[in-house]
Amino acid sequence: MKAFAQLFLSLDETNKTNEKVKVLKDYFIKVPDTDKMHMLALFTGRRPKRPINSTLIRNYAIEASNIPAWLFEESYHVVGDLAETMSLLMPENPNSSSKTLTEWIAEINQQGAKTEEERKLWLMDSWAMLDRQERFVFNKLLTGSFRVGVSQNLVIKALADITGIDAPTLTHRIMGGWMPEDYTYDQLIQEQNAADNISRPYPFFLAYPIQETSEKRKNAEEISAALGPPEEWQAEWKWDGIRAQMIKRGGQIFIWSRGEDLATEKFPELHPFLNALPDGTVLDGEVLSFQNGLPMAFSVLQTRIGRKNLSKKILTDSPVAAIAYDCLEYKGEDIRYKTQSERRVILEELQQQTSFPEIFRISSLINFNTWEELEVQREQSRAMIAEGIMLKRKSAMYQVGRRRGDWWKWKIDPLSVDAVMIYAQKGHGRRADLYTDYTFAVWDGDKLVPFAKAYSGLTDQEINKVDYFIKRNTLEKFGPVRTVKPELVFEIGFEGINKSTRHKSGIALRFPRILRWRHDKPKEEADTLESLKALLNE
Amino acid sequence: MVYKGYNYTMAKPLLEFTDRGIYCEKGEFYIDPWKPVDDAIITHAHADHAYFGHKHYLAHHLSREVLLYRLGDINLRTIEYGEKIIKHGVQISMFPAGHVIGSAQIRVEYQGEVWVISGDYKTEDDGISTPFEPVKCHHFISECTFGMPVYSWKPQAQIFADVNNWWRTNLHHGVATVLVGYSLGKAQRILQNLDLDNGKVYTHGVIENTNEALRRNGVILNPTERITSETSKEEVHKGLILAPPSSVGTPWMRKFHPYSFGYCSGWMALRGAKRRRAADRGFVMSDHADWDGLISAIDATGCEKVYLTHGYTASFARYLNEIGFDAHEVHTLYGGEEEEASPQPSPEEMELNDEEKNEKTYKALSFGEDLGEAGGTAK
Repeated sequence: MKAFAQLFLSLDETNKTNEKVKVLKDYFIKVPDTDKMHMLALFTGRRPKRPINSTLIRNYAIEASNIPAWLFEESYHVVGDLAETMSLLMPENPNSSSKTLTEWIAEINQQGAKTEEERKLWLMDSWAMLDRQERFVFNKLLTGSFRVGVSQNLVIKALADITGIDAPTLTHRIMGGWMPEDYTYDQLIQEQNAADNISRPYPFFLAYPIQETSEKRKNAEEISAALGPPEEWQAEWKWDGIRAQMIKRGGQIFIWSRGEDLATEKFPELHPFLNALPDGTVLDGEVLSFQNGLPMAFSVLQTRIGRKNLSKKILTDSPVAAIAYDCLEYKGEDIRYKTQSERRVILEELQQQTSFPEIFRISSLINFNTWEELEVQREQSRAMIAEGIMLKRKSAMYQVGRRRGDWWKWKIDPLSVDAVMIYAQKGHGRRADLYTDYTFAVWDGDKLVPFAKAYSGLTDQEINKVDYFIKRNTLEKFGPVRTVKPELVFEIGFEGINKSTRHKSGIALRFPRILRWRHDKPKEEADTLESLKALLNE
Repeated sequence: MVYKGYNYTMAKPLLEFTDRGIYCEKGEFYIDPWKPVDDAIITHAHADHAYFGHKHYLAHHLSREVLLYRLGDINLRTIEYGEKIIKHGVQISMFPAGHVIGSAQIRVEYQGEVWVISGDYKTEDDGISTPFEPVKCHHFISECTFGMPVYSWKPQAQIFADVNNWWRTNLHHGVATVLVGYSLGKAQRILQNLDLDNGKVYTHGVIENTNEALRRNGVILNPTERITSETSKEEVHKGLILAPPSSVGTPWMRKFHPYSFGYCSGWMALRGAKRRRAADRGFVMSDHADWDGLISAIDATGCEKVYLTHGYTASFARYLNEIGFDAHEVHTLYGGEEEEASPQPSPEEMELNDEEKNEKTYKALSFGEDLGEAGGTAK
C-alpha cells in the first residue's frame, strides 16, 4: 500500500504527461504482479467490491475524527471528496502499513462475510495502522471512486513501454469484464489471441467532432478543404442511442456498452437476432427505442436504462432495436484492418441473412455527390431523430479510441435558450469549494421557473467570476444549495426537450450545458417557459 | 483590571461594524476601513486591509515602507508594538499578529473595556515576522480564513525541507525552479528559509520591490537578484525563481521553460484546490492560523465574545458556540460569508494593482478577501 499511496502522491505532484507516465512505470516496476493488475483494474474503472455501506463508513469516520457530524458534512462540502475528507479529519499517526495493495483489497473483500461489529473494529484498526496518504487511498478503495486525473491512455502507455507490447493490443487485452483476481499479469503480457476470452470486446473507435459554434459554422467549402473529395467518404445519420458492441462467439452472446458495462440482459429484444448470427461475429452499432419502424427520442430509452428489472410495460413502451454500422469480427477473424467499405459489404451481407430485420437494422448510407448536398441533408437530422451526420473515410481501418482523421461527427447545432441562474451548489474534485453547479430558470409570467441544471461549459476564469458573484449575492442557504440573486444570464444548449411530470417546469432537457455567459443580456430578456414549450412540438 | 462592561440595550458598543470598516465612535477612528475616512488604523499592508484614500494612517513601524511603496504619498504615522496612543480618551496599542512583517493586532481600551482586532494572524513563528502574541480582552475580532478542521499545518521546518529537496531535484534534472507565493509575507518567509547552498534566489519585480521596501525599513533579508531583460536564462536555471501569483501562466514565466512550478499556500491542503491551480507542486504553507491555531488563539484571549470577520465564519461560529464561546459572525456588516477568504477574486488582479494602483479595483474589493493566500486560476 505504501507504493500505491506514493503513486497517488507522485501523480499529484506533477502536471506533465511525460512525468506521469514515468511515475506509472516506476510503480509497475516496483510492485508485485498482483498489485499491477489491481492498479490496472482500479485505473481503468473496475471498481472493487464495497462490502461496507458508505453511510456506516462515514459514521465511523466521524467517530474517529472526534468532531460533530454537521462539521464533518460541512468539511466534506469544502473538500469535495469523501475519502480525502475522512483522511484529513482523522488525527495523524506515525504508523505506516507494509501490506501490499493486493493484501488490502483481499481484506476489504473479506469484510462481506463479517458482522457489522467486526467490520467496524477492522476499519478502526486499519485506519490506526495507516499514515495520512495511505489512509486516503485506503478510503478511496473503500468508497470506490477512482478518478485520479490519469487517463487510461497514460496507464496503457506506461505498460506498453515496460512490456514492449503496442498500446492498441494492450487496450484490447484489458477490455471487457475481467477482475484482477482472475486475470494475471502473465496472461496479460503473453502472446495471446485476444479472442481467447470469448466475451472480450474490441476497443471502440470514436469519432472526432467537427468543431462548430452557433456563430461559426463550417460551410461546405471548409469541409471540402479539410476532408477532400466527397466520394472518399461515406455518410450516415448520427443516431442518438446507446453505443453497443454485440458479440456472438462460442454459442454465447454479449452486449457491451461504451463504458465497458456488460449490458446483455438489458436488451432481451436483441437476443434472438444475436443468437442467430454465425459464431465469431462482432457488430458495432447503436441501440435505440423503436416504434412502428421509427426511432424514438433518447428520453424513451432513458426510462429503461437505469432499471434493474425490465417489466412487461417497459418492454412494450420502449422496445429496442439495433442499428448496426460496422462489423469488427467475421467468421472468427478480427477484420478491423479491412477498409470501411469492405467491412460495410460484410455487414450488409450479414444483415440480409437475418430473419429479424426489424431488430437487426442497418444504418443506411446517405447519398450525396457534393458537400453542399450533404450540408442540406444535415438540416433533416432532427426530423430523422438523429444528432447530425457521421462521416467515415471509405479507406479507413477500424481504429482504437478517439482518433482524428477518419471518423468525424458533424452534429447539428444544439437547441438553446437564454436563462437566469437562480441556485448554485459547490462542485467536486478540482472544482471543490467553488460554486460550479447551477440551476437555471426561465420566465413564466413574472416568475422564474427552474428548468435545468448544468455543470459545464464555462472556462475556469468564468467559473471564478461566477463563484465570486454567488458568494456575494446569496439570498438563502438550504444545506449545500444557495439561492442566488437572479441576475446572471447564460445561454443554455441542449440536445432535446421532453414533457416531464417530475419537474415543476413540466419539461426536461437532454444534455443541458452552458454555451456562453450572456453579459449583454439583463435578466428581463431571458427566455420564457412558453417559448421552451413551443419546442416540444417541433 | 476592572471590567465595567456596557449596557447592551442602551450604550453603543465601543467598536461597531459599519459599511466603511470597524469603527470606534468614542475615538473617532476606523480599523482597516475600505472606504475613505479621516483616521485609519491599519493592521497590515496587504491590499485588502490597507486601502488608498484615507486622510491619516496609523500602522506599525515595519509596515512603513511597504505602505508608502504601495499607497504612495500618504499621511502615515507609525508606532512600536506595545506603544500607547490616546485618541479622545480611547487607548490604542499594537501587538504582533505574526501574519507578515509589520502585521499588528490592534488593542483598543476605553474605561477598562478591551477590544482586540486580530487583522490576519498565524500562531506559528515563521522566523521573520514578530511572533503572534495573545492579548487578553473582552471582545476579540478574529479572522478565520482557514476555520475548518480539514486545515492543519505542519511545522514549517518540514515544509521547507520538502521545498529545498524539490529545488535540489529540479537542479539535478536541469529544470528551473519557480516558486510562487504572495509578494508581501510569503515571499520573504520563503526567502529566509531556503537552503542557499543550492543556489541564488532570483525575484520577480513585484517581489523585489517589496523586498527593497522592507530593506529600507531595516529588515535584513537574504540576498536576491531582480530578474530583468538582461538576466541570463542559464543563470536563473541554476537558482530559484520567486514569483507572485500574478505571474502564473504569463509569458514572463513561460520563458523559463523547462521549469517545475511550486505554489505555497494554505489552499494547497486540498487536492481539488491544488489541481485547480495546475501547479506541479503544492506546498501547504499559510500565513494564517489553521483550525487548532485559531481555537487556541481565541481561547488565549480569555474573551467574552468573539466576532468572526472573514473565512468560514458560519461553521466556525457554530462550532465555537458549541464548545462554549460566545461567537458571532459579522458577515452582514462585512458583506462576507464563510468562503469570502477563498481564492477569489484572482490575486493576479490584486498583484497587478501593486504596480498599477488602479483605484477602480480598490473599490471593487471588499474587506475580508484574503488575497495574501489566494491562488486563482493558472493560465
